[in-house]
Amino acid sequence: MQIHQYDVVIVGAGGAGMRAALESSSRVRTAVISKLYPTRSHTGAAQGGMCAALANVEEDNWEWHTFDTVKGGDYLVDQDAAEIMAKEAIQAVIDLEHMGLPFNRTPEGKIDQRRFGGHTAEHGKAPVRRACYAADRTGHMILQTLYQQCVARDVEFFNEFYVLDVLLDTDLRDGTVADGEEVAVSGVVAYDLATGETHVFQAKSVVFATGGAGRIFKTTSNAHTLTGDGMALALRAGLPLEDMEFFQFHPTGLAGLGILLSEAARGEGAILRNSEGERFMERYAPTIKDLAPRDMVARAMANEVREGRGCGPHKDYVLLDLTHLEPAHIDAKLPDITEFARTYLGVEPYTEPVPVYPTAHYAMGGIPTDIDARALRNNTDVVHGLFAAGETACVSVHGANRLGTNSLLDINVFGKRAGIAAAAYAATAEFVPLPESPADAVVEQLEAIRSRASGERVAELRAALQQTMDANAQVFRTNESLTQALADVKALQARYADVHVQDKSRQFNLDLLEAVELGFLLDLAEVVVTGALAREESRGGHFREDFPSRDDEKFMRHTMAYRHGDTVTLDYKPVVVTRYEPMERKY
Amino acid sequence: MTATLSEPAAVGEVPTFDVTLRIRRFTPETHGDEAYWQEFTIQAHGTDRLLDALHKAKWDVDGSLSFRRSCAHGVCGSDAMRINGRNRLACKTLLKDLDPEKPITVEPIKGLPVIKDLIVDMEPFFASYREIMPFLVSESQKPTKERLQSAEQRERFDDTTKCILCAACTSSCPVFWTDGQYFGPAAIVNAHRFIFDSRDDAGAQRLEILNDKEGVWRCRTIFNCTEACPRGIEVTKAIQEVKRAMVTRAY
Repeated sequence: MQIHQYDVVIVGAGGAGMRAALESSSRVRTAVISKLYPTRSHTGAAQGGMCAALANVEEDNWEWHTFDTVKGGDYLVDQDAAEIMAKEAIQAVIDLEHMGLPFNRTPEGKIDQRRFGGHTAEHGKAPVRRACYAADRTGHMILQTLYQQCVARDVEFFNEFYVLDVLLDTDLRDGTVADGEEVAVSGVVAYDLATGETHVFQAKSVVFATGGAGRIFKTTSNAHTLTGDGMALALRAGLPLEDMEFFQFHPTGLAGLGILLSEAARGEGAILRNSEGERFMERYAPTIKDLAPRDMVARAMANEVREGRGCGPHKDYVLLDLTHLEPAHIDAKLPDITEFARTYLGVEPYTEPVPVYPTAHYAMGGIPTDIDARALRNNTDVVHGLFAAGETACVSVHGANRLGTNSLLDINVFGKRAGIAAAAYAATAEFVPLPESPADAVVEQLEAIRSRASGERVAELRAALQQTMDANAQVFRTNESLTQALADVKALQARYADVHVQDKSRQFNLDLLEAVELGFLLDLAEVVVTGALAREESRGGHFREDFPSRDDEKFMRHTMAYRHGDTVTLDYKPVVVTRYEPMERKY
Repeated sequence: MTATLSEPAAVGEVPTFDVTLRIRRFTPETHGDEAYWQEFTIQAHGTDRLLDALHKAKWDVDGSLSFRRSCAHGVCGSDAMRINGRNRLACKTLLKDLDPEKPITVEPIKGLPVIKDLIVDMEPFFASYREIMPFLVSESQKPTKERLQSAEQRERFDDTTKCILCAACTSSCPVFWTDGQYFGPAAIVNAHRFIFDSRDDAGAQRLEILNDKEGVWRCRTIFNCTEACPRGIEVTKAIQEVKRAMVTRAY
């Protein structure tokens, strides 16, 4: 076991982690630990854009952006945080341009902007061009640009190191530590994939930026590696997770595959059609139609299929029609996604509509934080030195449904804030002593799996989990379906206790890694389903057929889920409302 | 295999067929220091990628089979490998586009040290990348807003911004195979991305770096890199443009 000491340790090297690293490493001694090479992170798969009210092509202002974010999130957004994000969006885009990001340009040479779902002028009157973009690979360009800057500034990376424990000075796991007591982080334990050795990183500040957990579902746009590691580690350490029942299903995944086709396609004019050729979004969102927020579009699509107006031999998808757009326009603005359609479905988008169906895309919930990315251990107390940013965190700027482009914005705004706050804390704080034998729990956990001669297979359990989550906790949910999902997850957790791997080696034991990741997925699925069962209303991405309306009286509050021992318990936290009173959500 | 496979399989109609993977394995902890071949025969569907087949082999047959992968749709660059002798991404290679009648040969990319099975040491690759100053250098005062750049100026280096650092190009280059000191196509592509960016002021420095004996002049214009690039970057053309800039100092 090796021990390292850094002022700040950042876990995860996607957009949020590297944006934090750029701030932190210029101030204090910083290390970034990532289970992947930084440029493999899933920020690179984001396509359409990053919204900021630059008003480069038409009138816009950040207050409209704040409003759209709050309304898009179905009023579960903390409005102070949304205001910060919309306001700081403008500088965040300028920062990226100064770092060299090759944005598309207007004829005057300014950053070009395009339309995106739910982003409007004058509080919902009409779509507005707010998304700054680099073709349909904006996330790729953000990830590359941030990595380039990290190279320029000599940021220290530990690549292919997998963090498996967060060390606190107080044991929060049984839930008995009183509110108000001081709790601080002392570091993390990581596993070096290349050698199989454990490393302990003592740190004054730890920033979790580990991304999402889309792999709890079968049909997902998320990478295989998006297994909610940071969220699950926080949960296991006794911290709450906020609003995990809110999962976004992106409307336009390639049918049967889940690969993302950016909303930018609709921003550039593409239209969704059912088997009758009808532009059905006109019925669901008469004003902004195909550019309604994702939860509404995904539900509308699922409903069309359910009512028999799906396409294809099994009538199980709808069509995204780009055929009325000029091929040259498609090539300039949407080159990657049209190539995905050609490569994976053999469909030529110039001339044929593309089969699409909703795909699990984004966790609105996560580790609760304040606006400086400080992680909370209950409704009010922070864990000193612990921070979270990006998809793994819940600030909450996305509420019950994230607007398109706001995730690339989130990682830049709150990644930056996390880096600054983590460095500022580390500059004055002392190191917290490490517990005795800090790596023992991790080593024990890994060796138990590695040494088990026979038992349950990872792939089989994972497939069963993903199957039940797709069937029972997706776009449409009921008490019955969720009860089934919970029972399935519980049964799988019991089987997981006997999980084994075939690969017993030290070097690059990815079999073992997948087993650990599966444990995280099971824990998180339980939280998602438990929260969804209790939330007897429909709001944003969470739709209960047995409770189809939003119930502000009972449920305009955040879910705070804890795992004490083997059970998940729920508490609630008020939503921060500043200037926007909840209204009915129509588009 | 059925005739429908040569046509794009309609969604919902997924013909299945058996496919044999012949995989170059290297597992020093359990099988000693010699690499060996292992065959896996698995059942595949009409829309499956090679990555799906590798997953089936790992998940259902032998969990020790090791390879990197993440996004599974060609944007993260983790799973470059040598497939039937050509460098490609496993997640962008559809089985039906190979010939499933014959075993599909899968090997690690060449020219980088193999650690385990299809996993190679990427450090030498990233070290070359870091050497060419892969970041914007601007000596002018930053404006409070964005710097202006025309659409034409932006277009000048668009192709090379697509690079995902998968190493398919560099590890397809015969010069790189025999001379590991050569910067390789990917590093030059990333130098190109900045040399031709109107906002950048370090073009001369990068050209100086690449004028080295292990720099662009090692390129023999073989076009393997262009053929290998899963992002469709005209790699050889980009290298030629850097060579030309070095001679004319016009960029």
